[in-house]
Amino acid sequence: MAQPMVLTAGRESRGYFGTVARRFMRHRLGMVSLCFLTVLVLLALFAPLLTPYEPNKLVGKFSEPPSLQHLLGTDQVGRDVLTRLLYATRISLLVGFAATGIATAVGVVLGLVSGYFGGWVDMIIMRFTDMVMSFPYILLVLVAAAIFKPGLWNIILILGFVDWPGVARLVRGNVLSLRETAFVKADIVAGMPTRHTLFSEILPNTIAPILVYATSVVAISILDEAALSFLGMGVQPPTASLGNMLNGAQSLTVLTSKPWLWAPPGVMIVLLVLSINFIGDALRDAVDPRNIR
Amino acid sequence: MMRYILKRVLIAIPVLIGITMLDYLIMSLAGSPLSMMTGPRVSQAALEARAVQLGLNQPWILQYFTWLGQLLQGNWGYSIRTYQPVLTMISANLGPTLLLMGTSMALGFVIAIPVGVYSATHQYAKGDYAAVTLSFLGTSIPSFFLALILVYVFTVRLGWLPSGGMVTLGGGGGNALDVARHMVMPTLVLTASLAGSNIRYIRSSMLEILRQDYLRTAKAKGIGRYLIINKHAMRNALLPIITVAGMELPMLIGGAVIVEQVFSWPGLGQLTMSAIMSRDYPVIMGVSLLSAVMVVVGNLVTDILYAVVDPTIQLK
Repeated sequence: MAQPMVLTAGRESRGYFGTVARRFMRHRLGMVSLCFLTVLVLLALFAPLLTPYEPNKLVGKFSEPPSLQHLLGTDQVGRDVLTRLLYATRISLLVGFAATGIATAVGVVLGLVSGYFGGWVDMIIMRFTDMVMSFPYILLVLVAAAIFKPGLWNIILILGFVDWPGVARLVRGNVLSLRETAFVKADIVAGMPTRHTLFSEILPNTIAPILVYATSVVAISILDEAALSFLGMGVQPPTASLGNMLNGAQSLTVLTSKPWLWAPPGVMIVLLVLSINFIGDALRDAVDPRNIR
Repeated sequence: MMRYILKRVLIAIPVLIGITMLDYLIMSLAGSPLSMMTGPRVSQAALEARAVQLGLNQPWILQYFTWLGQLLQGNWGYSIRTYQPVLTMISANLGPTLLLMGTSMALGFVIAIPVGVYSATHQYAKGDYAAVTLSFLGTSIPSFFLALILVYVFTVRLGWLPSGGMVTLGGGGGNALDVARHMVMPTLVLTASLAGSNIRYIRSSMLEILRQDYLRTAKAKGIGRYLIINKHAMRNALLPIITVAGMELPMLIGGAVIVEQVFSWPGLGQLTMSAIMSRDYPVIMGVSLLSAVMVVVGNLVTDILYAVVDPTIQLK
């Protein structure tokens, strides 16, 4: 009997985030993915130091196969593919995290307001959420991309403003159940300002599910940016993006005889999205209070 | 039951009006279809005359109500680009998309249900890890990249399958076998992502169910693992499966835009994409309306099936 009690005491002293971190580290795939993603982020961040070439400068012959000078060869106009790949990864990560940041901010505010105040405010916000969710996702993105001139920041804004309804619903649901808890009621009785109750009491208690959901939004945003750029409606050349690097592969000669032009960006997207998804999965397990492993 | 359905349909009407109105607003922000017609040989006067003819000189809200009024009389409008009736264009493209998406969605479930249930009942076993990893791979691979890989392998290297289209042009094409050969690759691409997300969804809801008290009771009664999983757990897992199916129903219409584009499949996705590119308002509105209706129908069917499957749910 004594031993388990000591164990619980140990857990308590670590605190919530200590417990979550410990559980996360148990998840092998999640840990591997986290390390891998960190390496990718560092590679992308320090791209200018790592490669002697510039992404948009012509540095060799057209469509040269991989060699010692150009580890992944050169593209149709003679730019270094590896350099472009690193810069494109930068763009993808930027799109993924920035779009998620926007979607989460919008979703959290609307969800908090909707869940806390209820009534007609809740009804209007939720009907609007339903409406945005009722759009066929890809149609909305495509139409939005057609309205605004395609480009990096517009893509980020579009994806950010398309992805928020999920966050809003999640937050609203959590707020509804938290509103009934004693500590929130105590706040109200004590006459605390609403702002304090919302952001300092309710929000911290719903961070975990938001974080888990946000990882999947990062993954989806990266995939969507790639698809849009692939269709020519996303990040515009000469800026390299993983999607528009693949765009060239639609021609049969590239597809057949120049795999170094299309395989690396494709594999990079898969690896990025896969590792983010695994991290999200590990995080989900780690923050789930019913998981006692 | 009838009253419930009627009530839901009545509630759906304002939602549909809201969606289509929002559609129209976004679309008119996207720019006039006339901007696609300008050229050295088109005079300003001719453009203005066309704008008046199409009603584009009016504010968007008036244009919207004109469109709505026509729609209520059964007129979906005419394409600005091809002058064909929108309804004709949509029905011509609907068949191929329904065939492609219907097959992929069915396959997605046929694969995902057994794999998801196996994965949940063997949590943390090797098979579970394999299923989870594969399902993550299925949702993480961009559809166009998987499409390129498949074309590279099956068309370029092996020469087994055609790279695009729905029938072989020229003689010998058009029978069921020919269409099936054209369908293999797009179906594989769509099934990979659908099965991937379905497996994860079914696995997690099955895990949730396996934790319930009534299953512990069933286990305690000693009725055996087979009966517990296949009778007690599976029946309750039907609800989440219906939920996913209902959520995926709208994808029947709009789920294959990119895949249709890559494989030049003559479906609604292609129609939508070209309509968006040329700002063909009536066609975009037609497709948007159709998919909005599908969302509403999907939600309604889900709720009705809930009541059918779960006797504790009463529809009021």
